[in-house]
Amino acid sequence: MYTQGLDQKQKKSAADPADTPGRLAAFQARIDADEKIEPKDWMPSGYRKTLIRQMSQHAHSEIVGMLPEGNWITRAPTLRRKAILLAKVQDEAGHGLYIYGATETLGVSRDNLVADLLSGKAKYSSIFNYPTISWADIGTIGWLVDGAAIMNQIPLCRCSYGPYARAMVRVCKEESFHQRQGYEIMLELCRGTDEQKRMAQGALDRWWWPSLMMFGPSDKTSEHSAQSMAWKIKRISNDELRQKFVDVTVPQAEYLGLKMPDEDLVFDQKTGHYRFGEIDWEEFWEVLKGNGKCNRERLEARNSAHDKGRWVREAASAYAEKQAARDAA
Amino acid sequence: MSKTDWPLYEVFIRARSGLSHRHFGSIHAADETMALDHARDLYTRRNEGVSIWVVKSTEIVASDPADSDSLFEPAADKIYRHPTFYKIPDDVENI
Amino acid sequence: MTKEQALITYATRMGDNAIVMAQRLSEWVGHGPELEEEMAMANFALDYVGQARMFFSYAGELDGNGRNEDEICFLRDGWDYGNVLLLEQPNGDFGETIARLVLFETFYSLQLEALASSPARKLAEIAACAIRESTYHIRHASHWLIRLGDGTDESHRRVQHAIDRLWTYTGELFEADQVDRIMQAEWEGPDLTALREQWHRQIDALLSKATLQKPADGWMDSGGKQGHHSEHLGYILAEMQSLQRTYPGANW
Repeated sequence: MYTQGLDQKQKKSAADPADTPGRLAAFQARIDADEKIEPKDWMPSGYRKTLIRQMSQHAHSEIVGMLPEGNWITRAPTLRRKAILLAKVQDEAGHGLYIYGATETLGVSRDNLVADLLSGKAKYSSIFNYPTISWADIGTIGWLVDGAAIMNQIPLCRCSYGPYARAMVRVCKEESFHQRQGYEIMLELCRGTDEQKRMAQGALDRWWWPSLMMFGPSDKTSEHSAQSMAWKIKRISNDELRQKFVDVTVPQAEYLGLKMPDEDLVFDQKTGHYRFGEIDWEEFWEVLKGNGKCNRERLEARNSAHDKGRWVREAASAYAEKQAARDAA
Repeated sequence: MSKTDWPLYEVFIRARSGLSHRHFGSIHAADETMALDHARDLYTRRNEGVSIWVVKSTEIVASDPADSDSLFEPAADKIYRHPTFYKIPDDVENI
Repeated sequence: MTKEQALITYATRMGDNAIVMAQRLSEWVGHGPELEEEMAMANFALDYVGQARMFFSYAGELDGNGRNEDEICFLRDGWDYGNVLLLEQPNGDFGETIARLVLFETFYSLQLEALASSPARKLAEIAACAIRESTYHIRHASHWLIRLGDGTDESHRRVQHAIDRLWTYTGELFEADQVDRIMQAEWEGPDLTALREQWHRQIDALLSKATLQKPADGWMDSGGKQGHHSEHLGYILAEMQSLQRTYPGANW
C-alpha cells in the first residue's frame, strides 16, 4: 500500500546504454506473457529503479505507520484491545521487514534504504503524518487506512516482480484481520455512549479525506502510471481504486450511523457509483513536502531510535566478530 | 560492511513434519543465534513452522539466469523420461 | 488470611507483574535499536498481556465478585497493585531492558515451574503455558546480555551499569510474605529460599559468560508486593487506565 501517491516524483534519468531495444522488447514480451521477473533476471534500469522506489516507500510506510498506532498500545481501553493492537503493530513491523527483504533482492541494502528514510530523502505515505488523538483514531485507521491499503495491495499480489508479489501475498493474508478489528472498534463506539459516538464521528471527520488521498493524485496528473501499468508493477489506476474504496466504504459508515464529512457525496443511480467532493490536493502536497502535523515528530522518532540503538548494533557486530575469531582459533 | 551492518540470512521453514523446508524470505542478524530468533519472530507469528534453517545469503551459490538455456533447456526435449510418453493398451493392468 | 484469599492475591500479583512488564516493553514499539528487536519486544509484551489476562480472569473467578480481567486491571489503584518494584522501573537504555528481562525471567521461570505442579489446577495450567513463553524470553534476553557484556567497551560499561542499578530490586523477588508462605504451605507454591539459590547459580553462570561482575547484595528495596511502590507505577497506571477512568462503564 502507501505508495501510489508518491510515484510521480521520479525525475527522468538518462537512458541506460544496457537497455538496448532488443532487450527491452524481450523483457516487455515476458511481462506481457504474465511471466514473473526474478531477482537475477535482466531488467531495464527504469524497472529496477521504479521498484526500488515504490517498494522502499512501501516498507518505510509500514515502519513509520507503527508510530501513530503504537501511540495507543499503552492506553488501549481493555486487555483484549491491547493484545490485538500489539499484534497488529507487530504485523506492520513484520510487513516492513518482508518488503525491505524483497527490495534487497534488487541489489540495494536495507541500511542504505533506511538511511534515505532517516535523512528525509525517501518518502513514506503521508497518512502517517496525521496524529492519533483519540481511541477512535485506532478504529478508524484499521477501518479506513487498512481498508484503503488492502484495496491497493491486492492487485500488487499480481505484480510482475516475483519477490514483491510474494511478499504482498503474505501481507494481504495477514492483514485481513486489521481492517476487521478496526471496524469492530468503531461498531463498539457507535453502539456506546454519546461521548463514544462523538469520538467516532470526530475520527471519521479527520481521517476520511486523508484516506482518499492515500490512493494518490488523480490519473490526470500522475505521470508515471502508464509505464508502471505497462510493466505490471501497478495494475489498477489511482482513480479507479479510489472510486472502489468510496463505493464500499460509504455503506459501512451508514451502518455505523456516522456521517461522511462530504456535503457533495451522493449516490449516482445511473453509474451505480458514489460521486464525491473535490479532494484538497493542496493539503496533500503540503503534507508530502513535510508540512503535516506529525512529519517532524515521525522522522525524529525514527532517527532517535536509530541513534540510540547504534551502540547496541555495534556491540552485536563486535561480539559476532569475536566469536568468529574464537571459532577460527 | 560498516560496523553496524548486520549480514543477511535466508530463512527456510518446515511448515509441519512430513514437509520439506521452504524458502520464506530473509532477515538481518549479527550472529547465527540471533538469526534463528529473528526468523522465529518474523516468520512464525502464526504457527507457520516447526523447524527453521537460516543460512548466510552470501553462502548460497546460485545459477546464473544467463545460463538458463544451456542448463535447463536440454531437458525439455527428453520427453521419453515421462511415463506418458509410452503407449500401453488400456487393458494391460497394473503398469 | 485463608488459603483461598492467599491464592487470589497471589494470582493477582502474577497478573500485575505481567501487565506492568507488558506496559514497559510496549514502550519499545517504534523505538527499538533495530526493527527485528522491536518485533521481539512486541512479542514479549504480547505474551505478557496474554498471561495477565489469564491470571486476572482466574483471580476474578476465584474471588466470585464477578470482576472480569479488565476491572481488575483498570480499576485498581497503585496500593492494590502487587507487582515487584523491579518491573515498574523505567526502561532505561536497551541494555537495562535486557538486564531486567534476564533478572526477572530467570526468577519467573523458576516460579512458574514450581507452580506448574500446584494443586490449584487452573493456576498450574496457566503456569505450564507461561513457562514455554518464558523459556524463549530467557533464551533471547540471555544471548543479548552476553552480546552486550562481551561486545564493545561501551556496551560492557552500559550493561554492567544496568545490572548494578537494578540489583537493589532483586531482593524482593525472594522475600516471602504471608501470601507466599501460605502459597508454599497450602498450594505447593515455590520455596523462595531454595529458588533464590537456583536463581543465583543461573545468574552467576550467565554473568560470567557475559564477562560481567555480579554486584554485592547491599541494601535491597522492597514493598511492591504489598502495594508500597516507587513513583513510577502511578504514571504507568495513569496512562494505562485513562480511558476506563474517563468514561466509566463504557464498553470498548
